[in-house]
Amino acid sequence: MIDIKIIVCIKQVPGTTEIKINPETNTLVREGIETVINPFDTYAIEEGVRLKEKLAPLLSQTGEEVETIALTMGPPQSGEMLKEAIALGIDKAVLLSDRAFAGADTWATALTLAEAIKKFDDWKLIILGKQTLDGDTGQVGPELAQKLNIPFIGYTSSILDINKNRMTIKRLMEDRYETFEIRLHAAISVGKDINIPRVPSLRGKLRARNETIPVWDKNYLNLDQSQTGLEGSYTQVIRIFMPEHHYEVKMLDGSPDQQVDEIYGRLKELNIV
Amino acid sequence: MHYFLTEEQQMIVDICRQIVEERIKPQRAEMDENCVFPSEIIKEIGKSDLFRLFIPEQYGGMGTGIFEVCLATEELSRGDLSVATTYAASGLGFIPIILLGSEEQKKKYLPQLASGEKLAAFGLTESEAGSDVGAIRTKAVKDGDFYIINGTKQWITNGGEADIYTVFTITDPSKGARGASAFIVEKGTKGFEFGKKENKLGIRASATRELIFTDCRVPKENLIAGEGMGFIAAMRTFDQSRPAVGAQAVGVAQAALEEAINYSKVRKQFGASISSLQAIQHMLADMATQIEAARALVYHAAKVIDSGEKNVSRLSAMSKLFASDVAMKVTTDAVQIFGGYGFMKEYPVEKMMRDAKITQIYEGTNQVQRNIIALDLIKRGVL
Amino acid sequence: MDIKVDESTCTGCSLCKNVCMYDAVEIINCKAAINDNCVFCGACIDVCKFKSIEITGLQDKNLDFSNYSGVMVFLETLDGAVLDVGYELSSEGRKLASNLGVTLSGVLIGNNVKENFTQAFEYGLDKIYCIDNPVFSNQIDDIYAKALVQIIDKYKPEIFLAGATSFGRSLVPKVAAIIKTGLTADCTALAIDEEKKILLQTRPTFGGNVLATIVTKDARPQMATVRPHVMEKKKTGITGTGDLGTKVEFIDIDQSKFKTKYKLISTEKEAGENINITDYDVIVSGGRGLGGSDSFALLKELADLLGGVVGASRAAVDSNWISYPHQVGQTGKTVNPKLYIACGISGAIQHLAGMQTSDLVIAINKDPEAPIFKIANYGIVGDLFEVVPKLIRKIKMGRGLE
Repeated sequence: MIDIKIIVCIKQVPGTTEIKINPETNTLVREGIETVINPFDTYAIEEGVRLKEKLAPLLSQTGEEVETIALTMGPPQSGEMLKEAIALGIDKAVLLSDRAFAGADTWATALTLAEAIKKFDDWKLIILGKQTLDGDTGQVGPELAQKLNIPFIGYTSSILDINKNRMTIKRLMEDRYETFEIRLHAAISVGKDINIPRVPSLRGKLRARNETIPVWDKNYLNLDQSQTGLEGSYTQVIRIFMPEHHYEVKMLDGSPDQQVDEIYGRLKELNIV
Repeated sequence: MHYFLTEEQQMIVDICRQIVEERIKPQRAEMDENCVFPSEIIKEIGKSDLFRLFIPEQYGGMGTGIFEVCLATEELSRGDLSVATTYAASGLGFIPIILLGSEEQKKKYLPQLASGEKLAAFGLTESEAGSDVGAIRTKAVKDGDFYIINGTKQWITNGGEADIYTVFTITDPSKGARGASAFIVEKGTKGFEFGKKENKLGIRASATRELIFTDCRVPKENLIAGEGMGFIAAMRTFDQSRPAVGAQAVGVAQAALEEAINYSKVRKQFGASISSLQAIQHMLADMATQIEAARALVYHAAKVIDSGEKNVSRLSAMSKLFASDVAMKVTTDAVQIFGGYGFMKEYPVEKMMRDAKITQIYEGTNQVQRNIIALDLIKRGVL
Repeated sequence: MDIKVDESTCTGCSLCKNVCMYDAVEIINCKAAINDNCVFCGACIDVCKFKSIEITGLQDKNLDFSNYSGVMVFLETLDGAVLDVGYELSSEGRKLASNLGVTLSGVLIGNNVKENFTQAFEYGLDKIYCIDNPVFSNQIDDIYAKALVQIIDKYKPEIFLAGATSFGRSLVPKVAAIIKTGLTADCTALAIDEEKKILLQTRPTFGGNVLATIVTKDARPQMATVRPHVMEKKKTGITGTGDLGTKVEFIDIDQSKFKTKYKLISTEKEAGENINITDYDVIVSGGRGLGGSDSFALLKELADLLGGVVGASRAAVDSNWISYPHQVGQTGKTVNPKLYIACGISGAIQHLAGMQTSDLVIAINKDPEAPIFKIANYGIVGDLFEVVPKLIRKIKMGRGLE
């Protein structure tokens, strides 16, 4: 009998290391950009696994269990990324995939994720990475929480205490830490300061290899096409373009003293010194 | 390069590679400089199930063989030989239990060693007994349901960090080689203490300490196999573990070669990269060829051992002998290719050269390995 | 709704395939074909010279939003004072409001608001709504959201702007979700579409390598957040017409209806660790070339002399040479100071994403091929341990300190 489900929402993003710009066409050139788990989501996965490791022994005394579930909305190949999550210690994974989900903005994504989460009994906590590499907005977390009518704490830097009903957490704002106590169900987003993600285990990888990831489509979630994807989005991209880079680099010649002189001169001109 | 690994074997390599890139490389220079034991890294290695590679499934292991252990050891050695030594030496410490231990001993000790919660160590060497293992003087005297151990072991890898020690003692001096016995001694046992940490030329992050036994009482249940089985346990253990030392050597050599190739492309002298100079090219070619040969020999030996073959001493000794000599040559050549920069601590190759030396010495010096090979040749012929 | 390629005009030139970030375009039999990986970002439509690609089936709902009027700005406060970003947005909002011919208002929520309202109006605001109540003494998401929702519901602005501060990025999405409208985060440019009179929101994606222009067509208000220091705060020079009394409206609230689910237990301010490097005009940043934590003291000396702060690349932070709040880059902070000095930083794309909009970039690196030199204004191929001390000495001499 599962008593606490921890849901980790993750996203597959293009790894951006190989982006170049074709100077003639002024367009992006992809050279086999691999897709990766969004970096901040690896911290979310690790935190989910750690919470289970912490809670499971306490709860087993009363015959209760903790389960971690990784959830993603994406194209079919996102299933591979979910397997990576399992290799890292997550118990189960679910892929939300449907042509109708494509083109979703953060609102439509949040709505779709919310419907999926409602299908689990006993979910208590949702963990997300604080933002994605491609979208970068950090909006899905709070929007998802609002849709489920639960508290959301972003920038969580540590979970100080947690039990079946409550958690005490610290969030990092620009210039201060704030410690909050909130009741579960709740959602949090995490950044790099919360933990150090582990390396996958061999048994985890073997389990992941053998795992079949269920795929839920819009019908399974009882959603209409108008609620999801591009149609269900309030925002729409109307143009994508390359920023104009006017980079004229002046490489300074001469001895270090001469180089420093020139820099100093420029700084003085700009009134920085 | 294709080594025809299975999917599972490739997973082992991938996991080790990630640990090397993300955990070991950023810290290895500092750990080496300050002799810092890599406890966090070892914990990660444990959590990734890599200690399970040595151990049968029913005790929490993965039921894999020496081949897989060598894969992991080689990969970890590319990162840092201290980490790989710590890993492999723990295996060395508990292989006697796997080979000859009782069911109770296996059930009691192996699960926690498999999970990496605990480390093991192999306590054989003494100040007067290096290559001459027969000269060990640590005694174990029976006293009712206990044995009382007195003596000092020297240069024990993982000494002080491990929880489980396989200690070789003399129980019957009159029987010579047949009078040695192996015991499992746990850290914290009264009368069991550690000497200071040694300050070494290489593998400086690996912990090397004396084990000091003063009237240390150990229950008779901790005797492995029986009185007089000590050297048999040791020899059979070394047969299994030597390819892993060979794998360490291959790993560090590979790392040195990689650094040398990259450096030679970047370093410009006489108006061109030094990689365009034939002298350098020939050195790199020789280094690479030797590493390939060493690797082939190591994994062949591992396969033969895993097949269940009984007489593996010759092949296993060859793999350790050849690979360690290659490692010393390759790492020295790497420093040479780096020239003056190779001599500086800012660059990683001097450490690799210092680390590689130990592979020619421990787990039986290369001179002892040659003895083993020669004696086996004479006894059994070419085959 | 679907995306279609017109095969009669498609030449199979592959421009679309090259630009697709999601592996959704293949060239089959010399024609482009779009598969299920497509996320409808529109990059291929934009780049196609033959206009062969189009998204079909998207209905223009043509909703009537005539009862929404005005531009509203959230004037986020901390300790009773309005943050700079509030006024940066007021200045930007002024341009938008003037273009549309509508009012620019500001919403101020806090406790013991000590703001100088006269000053506030110098940034172009026509009106300020102020809620001053003890329940708002701390930045608590749910009650702030409730207050904003009620104000937006009452005054129905067509555009709502807020700062993308840590608080803003938690709070504003909640508001958007309650109201059920579109929100675009981290905008770097805002404009009005002349024809449709809607807000054009431009923001970077993929670490700044790509810019996207986004609109909210079928919901109001059109909500957008902007990072601090991206827009410029400018006084209009008009020192307020009209009586301050009518321009500032204090709104009373029923405290009992603003109970929060978040129990704030404590707040810790830590001087050293929590520096917000995004606040500084000068950042002296160190990377792998520093070699260790001790070397950062050198950068700090230079930073202190220039009134700035020390930054770091991910490599330096991951090696534990300096703490995470100093990290600049995709997984750290995005900065755009007046001066960014990059020492021993190679310039991986993820780092550049965090600082490439800095006004002046000076890079010092031993490696002439380091990518950082591509985006620097001044490049020095050299040893930072030689150059930086020389620069420090030069500055001190200039001030008569040596």
